[in-house]
Amino acid sequence: MLYRENGQFKTSYAADQQVFPIAQDRWAVVGIVVFAFVAVPLLVDEYMFRAILIPFLILSLAALGVNILVGYCGQITLGAGAFMAVGAYAAYNFHIRVEGMPLLLSLLLGGFTSALVGIVFGIPSLRVRGLYLAVATLAAQFFTDWVFLRIPWFTDNSLSGNVSVSNLQVMGWQLNNPLNKYLFCLAFLTVFALLAKNMTRSAIGRQWMAIRDMDVAAEVIGIRPLFAKLSAFAVSSFFVGTAGALWAFVHLASWEPAAFSVDRSFQLLFMVIIGGLGSVMGSFFGAAFIVILPIVLNRLLPEIGDLVGVEISTAGISHAELIIFGGLIIFFLIKEPHGLARLWSTGKEKLRLWPFPH
Amino acid sequence: MSRKIGEVILDLKKVSLSFGGVKALTDISFDVREHEIRAIIGPNGAGKSSMLNVINGVYRPQEGEIILRGQHFTKMSPYKAARAGISRTFQNIALFKGMNVIDNLMTGRNMKIRSNLIQQAFWWGPARREELGHRAKVEEVIDFLEIQHIRKTPVGRLPYGLQKRVDLGRALAMEPSILLLDEPMAGMNVEEKQDMCRFILDVNDQFGTTIVLIEHDMAVVMDISDRVVVLDYGKKIGDGDPDAVRANPDVISAYLGASH
Repeated sequence: MLYRENGQFKTSYAADQQVFPIAQDRWAVVGIVVFAFVAVPLLVDEYMFRAILIPFLILSLAALGVNILVGYCGQITLGAGAFMAVGAYAAYNFHIRVEGMPLLLSLLLGGFTSALVGIVFGIPSLRVRGLYLAVATLAAQFFTDWVFLRIPWFTDNSLSGNVSVSNLQVMGWQLNNPLNKYLFCLAFLTVFALLAKNMTRSAIGRQWMAIRDMDVAAEVIGIRPLFAKLSAFAVSSFFVGTAGALWAFVHLASWEPAAFSVDRSFQLLFMVIIGGLGSVMGSFFGAAFIVILPIVLNRLLPEIGDLVGVEISTAGISHAELIIFGGLIIFFLIKEPHGLARLWSTGKEKLRLWPFPH
Repeated sequence: MSRKIGEVILDLKKVSLSFGGVKALTDISFDVREHEIRAIIGPNGAGKSSMLNVINGVYRPQEGEIILRGQHFTKMSPYKAARAGISRTFQNIALFKGMNVIDNLMTGRNMKIRSNLIQQAFWWGPARREELGHRAKVEEVIDFLEIQHIRKTPVGRLPYGLQKRVDLGRALAMEPSILLLDEPMAGMNVEEKQDMCRFILDVNDQFGTTIVLIEHDMAVVMDISDRVVVLDYGKKIGDGDPDAVRANPDVISAYLGASH
């Protein structure tokens, strides 16, 4: 009864083309954003910020970037970790080499550099697709690993590529405690999510989806595959690179190339597949599933063990965690191959008709 | 009828196309005049779809050239064709399945979008105005094709007949001067065929769009087209108005399978 759009008449195309045309959705999103900015800081302890919320926000941003490329433009990629690394190290170089460079600008320039690198590694997509493209983007991964380990200039001559940053501040606002870091990442994510929403509902988003759904028809309509694919690579890498810079600067503060290994690429790809390809919301679901679930399981399992009177060893817990996690992934993919976002929208459609079945 | 058939706007000269050793089209020449409805017919595998694919640059013929409004193209590309105002529909519906009807039609307006990626990302001034302007145009097409009730439905969920109609809508949203229709009536029932015929005639009549059409339903072809080209085994065997084609002995033998 609550979730109905009855009576919400649109009298202009502008009203019909809003990001959230249904009033309840609009208020729910506003509510969530306000809650995240105002209420969460009051409710949550430092551990939650550091171990769960900050990684969740940053990886959501990266997943959003991967979703633009894989979900919206249909170009599969295994190079997301590499673009995070490029973003991180590029931001680092701007940060230490340019005197007085504002933090915000370093991070964005990191993303921008990553976008340029993304365009270069996107060129194979003009010729190959599907799994072959995935292998081609994997090259980006090995290439960046090599660059940041073997070319000392990029890592300010540090051995093993380990670098660190400290005393981060944005216009006098110190990023020295988890709360401020959380708010900083949240602000980034909010802005980027809005940009992603705007792009996917305008001409560029339609170009990407047209290329994904039927490339011959797209070309016949006058969409240039070159521009559509490379712009998807650029925008995606920009998002992923910025996330990489945030991950390095704000979350890790001290990092080495291994922080952006191929495991990270796979993790991001799984996030968008589980969360929902071609859905901004899905990126958040996917990131939440992959970041939060293992931690929840880790805390929950011993308590369940206590409940039934069985002492589970630490090793046992970490094994069980993996088993349950893997099982859940398979379960969700079988129940809903289109991801959690589809479950969510099916749920909403049911809710509109509730309490009637049709 | 208010329309008036004008000069030749599309002229194909000695077009030959082969795939490896298979000759799809051999030495085909024909022209299309402005505002006319030109049909291409022929038995299965005669090269009709290849012909359309040559016109809008999906296939590159080995020989021959295409003259479009006096401009010579030896190498046509889909993008150039779209720029020149050629749009088309597909035999086995090539809609963008993940998008709804409005978005599918909006892709047809893509060539006319001037705002850049940054403006679109911020939904800023020009991008927003453009989006609204094109939406209004798309709504006109939706009204024209009488598909208001499905405008927000993902096209994958629509029945076949409506998908065909949306496919036509996407081509119309480009405001083409030449419209290529690849079997617009294949697989439809009588009512749907009648509707589609009406739309084709209306497009031709109201917007003056030149139409090149492939169709198997002879009754339809003979009724609505001004001139007909007949292909068989990649060769042209007949060309002229419907009555002349119907009386052509080569055409009769190709269709009825009389001894060659």
